[in-house]
Amino acid sequence: MPETHSEPHLQHHFVALEQQQEASTLGMWAFLITEIMFFGGLFTLFTAYVSAYSEAFAEGSRHLDLVLGAVNTVVLIGSSFTMAMAVRSAQLGKRKALLGFLALTTLLGCAFLGIKGIEYAHKFKQRLLPGPAFRVDSPASQHVQLFFSFYFAMTGLHALHMVVGVGLMTWLLFHGWRGRFTPTYFWPVELSGLYWHFVDIVWIFLFPVLYLVARHS
Amino acid sequence: MTPHIVSTKIYVLVLAALLALTALTVAASFYDLGGGRLHYANAVTALTIAVSKATLVVLYFMHVRYSSHLTWVFVGAGVFWLLVLIGLTLSDVLTRGWLPSPGPWSS
Amino acid sequence: MSTLATARPANYLSVDPGVMSWLLTKDHKRIGILYLVSISVFFLVGAVSAAVIRLSLFTPEGALLHGQAYNKMFSLHGISMIFFFLIPSIPAVLGNFLLPLMIGARDVAFPRLNLLSWYIFVLGGASTLIAATTGGVDTGWTFYTPFSSIYSNTNVTLTAVGVFITGFSSILTGLNFLVTIHKMRAPGLSWSRLPLFVWAHYATSLIMILGTPVVAITLLMVGLERGLGIGLFDPALGGDPILFQHLFWFYSHPAVYIMILPSMGVVSEVIACFSRKRIFGYEFVAGSSLAIAVIGFFVWGHHMFVSGQSVYAGLVFSLLSFLVAIPSGVKVFNWTATLYKGSVAYHAPMLYALGFIGLFTIGGLTGLFLATLGTDVHLTDTYFVVAHFHYIMVGGAITGFMGGLHFWWPKITGWLYPEGWSRAAALLLFVGFNLTFFPQFILGYNGMLRRTYTYPPEFQVLNVMSTAGASILAVGYLIPVIYLLWSLRYGQAAGPNPWGATGLEWTAPSPPPPGNFEKIPVVTEEAYAYSTMETRRA
Repeated sequence: MPETHSEPHLQHHFVALEQQQEASTLGMWAFLITEIMFFGGLFTLFTAYVSAYSEAFAEGSRHLDLVLGAVNTVVLIGSSFTMAMAVRSAQLGKRKALLGFLALTTLLGCAFLGIKGIEYAHKFKQRLLPGPAFRVDSPASQHVQLFFSFYFAMTGLHALHMVVGVGLMTWLLFHGWRGRFTPTYFWPVELSGLYWHFVDIVWIFLFPVLYLVARHS
Repeated sequence: MTPHIVSTKIYVLVLAALLALTALTVAASFYDLGGGRLHYANAVTALTIAVSKATLVVLYFMHVRYSSHLTWVFVGAGVFWLLVLIGLTLSDVLTRGWLPSPGPWSS
Repeated sequence: MSTLATARPANYLSVDPGVMSWLLTKDHKRIGILYLVSISVFFLVGAVSAAVIRLSLFTPEGALLHGQAYNKMFSLHGISMIFFFLIPSIPAVLGNFLLPLMIGARDVAFPRLNLLSWYIFVLGGASTLIAATTGGVDTGWTFYTPFSSIYSNTNVTLTAVGVFITGFSSILTGLNFLVTIHKMRAPGLSWSRLPLFVWAHYATSLIMILGTPVVAITLLMVGLERGLGIGLFDPALGGDPILFQHLFWFYSHPAVYIMILPSMGVVSEVIACFSRKRIFGYEFVAGSSLAIAVIGFFVWGHHMFVSGQSVYAGLVFSLLSFLVAIPSGVKVFNWTATLYKGSVAYHAPMLYALGFIGLFTIGGLTGLFLATLGTDVHLTDTYFVVAHFHYIMVGGAITGFMGGLHFWWPKITGWLYPEGWSRAAALLLFVGFNLTFFPQFILGYNGMLRRTYTYPPEFQVLNVMSTAGASILAVGYLIPVIYLLWSLRYGQAAGPNPWGATGLEWTAPSPPPPGNFEKIPVVTEEAYAYSTMETRRA
């Protein structure tokens, strides 16, 4: 491998830009694995509890707004599409398209958070926030509260990841606007994209698990 | 390693598939597909659709289809360990009622 | 030290010696030193609390501590030793220092993340220490619910936050090592030529990445439950405390392998060097590290045999637990076979390594008693368990750490320590350790419960033996501290390769320069080519 230290983005401890890029991508995947396990703990508990308290969890699930949940799913899938297109534009060196798709992704991400906020506000008004104020007219109200504990913990953690994602998008927009990304140096866009898609996948599971699966029984 | 640039057409097709699967899973949730107390059929349907959607995102949006074997191994490891966590925990939770013993589930 | 250091060629210690340059360093070697200093603080905290516990157990009614004070003391001991000393000990100190050197790289893949991981460690450590000094915590290092989430009146939240934060430092270290080993190896350094220390760290990194996030989310939930009372693990509200134990042990059992695998890596290097031989069955020793990491994730339920876990799950976990004995046995047999017909030299690192083999074997075999469902019902929560895991964590992990520190001290500092003192200290440690913990097997088997500050008078003789052993152990730790610090000022210059060892780290100067190598080395032979080395010398 030639020693090409003229490359401005090459850090000193790497031999070549290619090695640096591969290392970064692998690092991002390793990080995403930790994220899988992080959310995995919550999914494990949820699975255990749903098998024990299926009726109460179904009741909790029916309190959720299916329409808003479904709309949010569509919004997030749309944002994943625009993100993928942003990466593609970066690979091809199309600056305007990159900025456009990044802006769209940011917008859709914010829309998701906005809709989530409306849902939270409804739940708050309906006194479905776990804690002393929680009220639900049910013989198994404690177990319904458990459902909402999971609902808020899981969607809250997911929303937190969305906020970080929107922050990343803003950062990319700034640097993209300054023209920092080129067909040979686009991996910050690519890595942010991996993160964004991962957060999308978490929602792809959260939506059926919380809104759909338990509706019957 | 030159990056594989996926065509816009494939991205649009994946988007369409994801939206269609979302519609399908919402529609399926309105029917009682049976499967006893836990409505296994509904759960299996919804989770199968979710796994399909996730697979599409991973393969195309996240470019794993065009990535090295190492990436496949990493993704596979993540999924495998998640299944170990859920599976072995459920090996306890789901078999706890088999022997009569006082536990939180049986009360 | 500074006057002598200037006489040596420029190295990572002498270049830019200011405090700020240390605090902002991205050099993996300096970060290793930063970790060494910080984990030493926690070792001191853990060791002092252990001493207080042992002194208190001198008499059956508790000589020093009673009730909650005793509970806080053993909690402090467990939390600081496990989360803040053992888990980061070899990986974050020796691993950080040596991995890039061993694979012929200039640094780890993500130097900034590496520094960040140290700051995260310090932040988490500070939270825990603040929690300890402002009232302490009495849950034990296991944080079992619902005691931790509802009933305990101590600083559980702040301590859990500290452990939660520190978890991310462990994750970042693991992530960094994983990518470094995959992507930063020197030309010619194929997987089958990697030193076993690197293999061990690869396996360790896997556990750090896959396990740590689960304990992080679990502690987060304990914190949420304490703050909001939402009943995730509270039986009164429909929660199931056993699920906490599942998630906790999903990490905390493999965490034992985070402690022991790097030690095994050290032992492999040391045994090969001081037997002047290739490690017998290299491929199997390397593979057994991965096998331990993977199988280690299937066995956590053996901590929960009497918790109320289903008997059927207990059966499965018991069976799976036996599987870990296989790769562990493979390692012990291969090390022993390496010694066979080797020209063995008994330097201090080798004494530690041999001690490791013996103590780990005892710890491992008694682990089989505990993995057996029926026997465990008798032994659960007795001193038998305490003795077992101290044989693994102290007899194994810390002995390995001491061995590694002695083996690479000349590389890290450039100075030699006194040979006689170091051998004496290693022997003293071995004697003191066995005197401390072997009686605890007998105590536990006879029914002395752990985590209690009183015990029946008939157990006093063995407890006094144990306390006496602990004082010898303390001296065994103190002597190396003295002569290692002494060597910084009065030691002889080590030269690049004082042991005549193979491995790329020994081709760099001692201490290594900031970029490790003048030119990235090209590797042409296997890891332990001692026979070709001897031929070349002849």
